[in-house]
Amino acid sequence: MSVTVFQNARVVDPSRGVDETGAVIVDGAKIAAAGASAHNQGIPGGATVVDCAGKTILPGLVDSRVFIGEPGAEHRETIHSASQAAAAGGVTSIVMMPDTDPIIDDIALVEHVLRAGRDTASVHVYPAAAISKQLAGHEMTEFGLLREAGAVGFTDGRHTIASSSLMRRALTYARDFGAVIAHETQDAELSANGVMNEGLYASWLGLSGIPREAEAIPLERDLLLARLTRGAYHAAKISTALSAAAIARAKADGANVTAGVSINNLSLNENDVGEYRTFFRLSPPLRAEDDRLAMIEAVKNGTVDVIVSSHDPQDVDTKRLPFADAAEGAIGLETLLGTALRLYHNGDLPLLRLAEVLSSAPAKLYGLPGGRLSPGAPADLILVGLDDPWVVREADIRSRSKNTCFEGARLQGRVLQTLVSGRTVFSI
Amino acid sequence: MTQAPSPPLFPHRHLLGIRDLSPADIEMLLDRADAAVSISRQSEKKSSTLRGRTQINLFYEASTRTQSSFELAGKRLGADVMNMSVASSSVKKGETLIDTAITLNAMRPDILIIRHQSAGAAALLAQKVGCSVVNAGDGAHEHPTQALLDALTIRRAKGRIAGLSVAICGDILHSRVARSNIMLLNALRAGVRVVAPSTLLPSGIERMGVTVCRTMEEGLKDADVVMMLRLQRERMAGAFVPSVREYFHYFGLDAEKLKAAKEDALVMHPGPMNRGVEIASEIADGPQSVIQEQVEMGVAVRMAVMQALLDPRRNPVGGAR
Repeated sequence: MSVTVFQNARVVDPSRGVDETGAVIVDGAKIAAAGASAHNQGIPGGATVVDCAGKTILPGLVDSRVFIGEPGAEHRETIHSASQAAAAGGVTSIVMMPDTDPIIDDIALVEHVLRAGRDTASVHVYPAAAISKQLAGHEMTEFGLLREAGAVGFTDGRHTIASSSLMRRALTYARDFGAVIAHETQDAELSANGVMNEGLYASWLGLSGIPREAEAIPLERDLLLARLTRGAYHAAKISTALSAAAIARAKADGANVTAGVSINNLSLNENDVGEYRTFFRLSPPLRAEDDRLAMIEAVKNGTVDVIVSSHDPQDVDTKRLPFADAAEGAIGLETLLGTALRLYHNGDLPLLRLAEVLSSAPAKLYGLPGGRLSPGAPADLILVGLDDPWVVREADIRSRSKNTCFEGARLQGRVLQTLVSGRTVFSI
Repeated sequence: MTQAPSPPLFPHRHLLGIRDLSPADIEMLLDRADAAVSISRQSEKKSSTLRGRTQINLFYEASTRTQSSFELAGKRLGADVMNMSVASSSVKKGETLIDTAITLNAMRPDILIIRHQSAGAAALLAQKVGCSVVNAGDGAHEHPTQALLDALTIRRAKGRIAGLSVAICGDILHSRVARSNIMLLNALRAGVRVVAPSTLLPSGIERMGVTVCRTMEEGLKDADVVMMLRLQRERMAGAFVPSVREYFHYFGLDAEKLKAAKEDALVMHPGPMNRGVEIASEIADGPQSVIQEQVEMGVAVRMAVMQALLDPRRNPVGGAR
């Protein structure tokens, strides 16, 4: 097997708390060593040496909330095109949501996604299966068989489960299989017709608002059930201080809960909707600035465990509409790192913590092998120019859909090279 | 004989909302509308200001009153007016607003009047067409010509707008008329109060430049103008207020409640009215009511708006777009 030594880099491995100058030694598809100690080992005979002075090596990012159009809406995104976007964005593992057509609620679909990923994708694609059959919120899917087939977790994707008894049983039953239940919470009644954050801004625009409580009420229910069942619960995309406080309380009570936040809710607020810009119609909606700041604080203090892109490709047919009629969602795989690094450059988060919530923490949550640079781990890693400036341009977007919230944004920190299992899948 | 000086050039290509207008823009439109009133009162009502111009009315929501007002305004100015009836068009077959806009744009109209159920629809249309766009109501967002005609009605009756106390009563939450009026009246320095049950007030109302009143007595006290809003029947059956009976009891305008306002207070309603729900018949038809004048001013304001937007000094007939 071929050996490559990436030398003189800033090596960041959150799985071991490492942020130091050193080397990463890749032996075939695995990492042999990483960090200052790897540097001291010297260079094995026959190794290819790459000088990485001034560059940073991070574990390949693990994006645990990615919507893909395959099967059913390949005109928006295929597994192949999503993987190209991911590779360019430094994302080496994606957890794919079951909101496809047909829905991933059956082992045949899990197998299909794994096969398509293996055959067409340049990064690792892991399917999450539906909690409820047809995402209808009534009957549980076959957690055991789905898990054996390769589903890494369970989620109803964009849908919130209204039935408390189903949620209780799902948490209880999933526990037997060591699987996590990931859930986006939005009370359908309270958010009825709502299209953006409730408040003065929505009122002037004449748009129906979604109150913060619409997220918090089903979340609080779920957290009570997580305490009751001792099941593993992941609040997939929280967006408000209210929700962060609820998670913090549940964690303090010893419940087996974790939380995620979309990069959009860390980067943008309701004012970005501007004059009815539909690319900024998201779920959860962009909130007020104080909620955005509360989300950053929640990532910093450990209340929130993972950051996701919530990549959600939508085409012109679903976005070139009046705001209230447009679909929710924005793409994000290619801008995840650059937008997240704003938090590092601003001094909001240390690089080690940022790397953790983007790689090792989501990998741990879903039991994935990547997201770390420890010896024996898959050689999924990225070389990053932390300070390199770039501008997001629609023409450069690899995703089949172009609905980015960051068109024209100036970002600092760019992926120079992406390795998946030791193979270069992207380089500048 | 000296010719009247021509009015100053209106600095906007579209009329999408009151928000985009300066106080001077508003005054200019009201002045032009004043002049248009006299055209409508002549026996010869047709002028040739917009001769050769094409106006398309694109109404996604049925509105006999607003649509006919725009149609008449266009015809009195000599424009060719076409009404797109959405019910019988390809819109029903799933064509999107933007595709419809692009199609209509290819017919090279000079002005498009749009009424749509979604907030922001007029602004979206304006981005996609080469002609002027007038927002005739977009969801719960804005209805600028209604606010202008209300202002004209008030100004002609009271001689001014600054310093007046105006009470806007009813379903503020869903009302584009309320939003446009709040902005216009604030721009012209009137005092605005809103009166409604709290379930019909939008979030953040206290920061919208109004005084929030919980009772009609408080809201109407010494008011110069009482503006009633329509409450849709489906919102009265328990979703926002418990019943028509209870709503009328607390918020319907009757002679007793009107006593709190100044003796010469104007009573206004954008129509169509729910008699006995938000307003008693005797008040709607009473001496303080200017509801008929509002309709007349509507035509004048729409004439003024179209003249201002299609000012030949800016966009000459046959000129390049």
